[in-house]
Amino acid sequence: MAADYSLSGAQELHVLAVDDSHVDRKVIERLLKISCCKVTAVESGRMALQYLGLDGEKSSLGIDELKVNLIMTDYSMPGMTGYELLKKIKGSSTSSKIPVVIMSSENILTRIDRCLEEGAKEFLQKPVKLSDVKRLKDFILREENDNKETEEMKQGSCHRKRKLQDCSLSLTQPHDIPSSPKCSSTPLLKHSLLKHPKIA
Amino acid sequence: MELHRQLANLRQSFFDQGYLDEQFIQLEELQDDANPNFVEEVVTLFYKDSARLIHSIDQALEKQPLDFAKLDSYMHQFKGSSSSIGAKKVNTECTQFREYCRAGNVEGCKRTFQQLKREYAVLRKKLEAYFQFARQIGPIEMASRPN
Repeated sequence: MAADYSLSGAQELHVLAVDDSHVDRKVIERLLKISCCKVTAVESGRMALQYLGLDGEKSSLGIDELKVNLIMTDYSMPGMTGYELLKKIKGSSTSSKIPVVIMSSENILTRIDRCLEEGAKEFLQKPVKLSDVKRLKDFILREENDNKETEEMKQGSCHRKRKLQDCSLSLTQPHDIPSSPKCSSTPLLKHSLLKHPKIA
Repeated sequence: MELHRQLANLRQSFFDQGYLDEQFIQLEELQDDANPNFVEEVVTLFYKDSARLIHSIDQALEKQPLDFAKLDSYMHQFKGSSSSIGAKKVNTECTQFREYCRAGNVEGCKRTFQQLKREYAVLRKKLEAYFQFARQIGPIEMASRPN
């Protein structure tokens, strides 16, 4: 395993931030820029879906140019909540693999559980701090590197394919398996960072 | 130097007197030479949002009977942005208002909202004076540059 984590500092994540509050959009944008991320900030779930090309309209830009590595969305928004947006993203064929993080000023256990069960990677308490964003970025980059390695190994030449697939299966983290959101929520809560009432 | 000390004392008084909390400091830490007015820009957005919400809430409080769900929703937004800039006293009033909303307490809501508007006005005045003063005296580097 030749994973070179020193490269992760140079990698730029493209983050789609969704929040109806102008104040919060400005702050999250700054937090992300300071953490060396590209940011696209939109004010609603509908606009987020439009950006991702999931609103039924034909997206005018190629998928590669738009590649979003992380979606951070507020929970309470008029029209479409962050939870509803999460469901739409996880239910799509093109964007379901993009990690989604929910932000909320309210620390409601049932709400947090619901989001994590629906496949949210993290639930952050607002106001979001720079340390939250930095930690999140490291976490996402590590996952991206793991996924990339898995993909590269899978693309190995035909006669090596079977052997490499055995290796790639052991590289895949449990929570990367999308088909069982329920069992992914438990290890996620253990890794879940700060501000989570379940953690002692 | 003396002016910068005055500015620092003024700033400290906001925390000591409970007008601002730790979140304001978080915002200050996001400011740098390339973005020297970040905090003021965020606070200006807060004023804009607040003016709009205050107007909506004032109107909603005139209606009979009160639509508590709507009022709570407005106040949720207000609380969100006030906590994002660290406006501690304003935030406390927002919380109190929401409690009265949930209890269906008309008098409590109206009374608390008057209090909230007062706290907001005081904070706004203090912050406007602070940023204006800061701009007038310029960055510390200039003040301590040798002649």
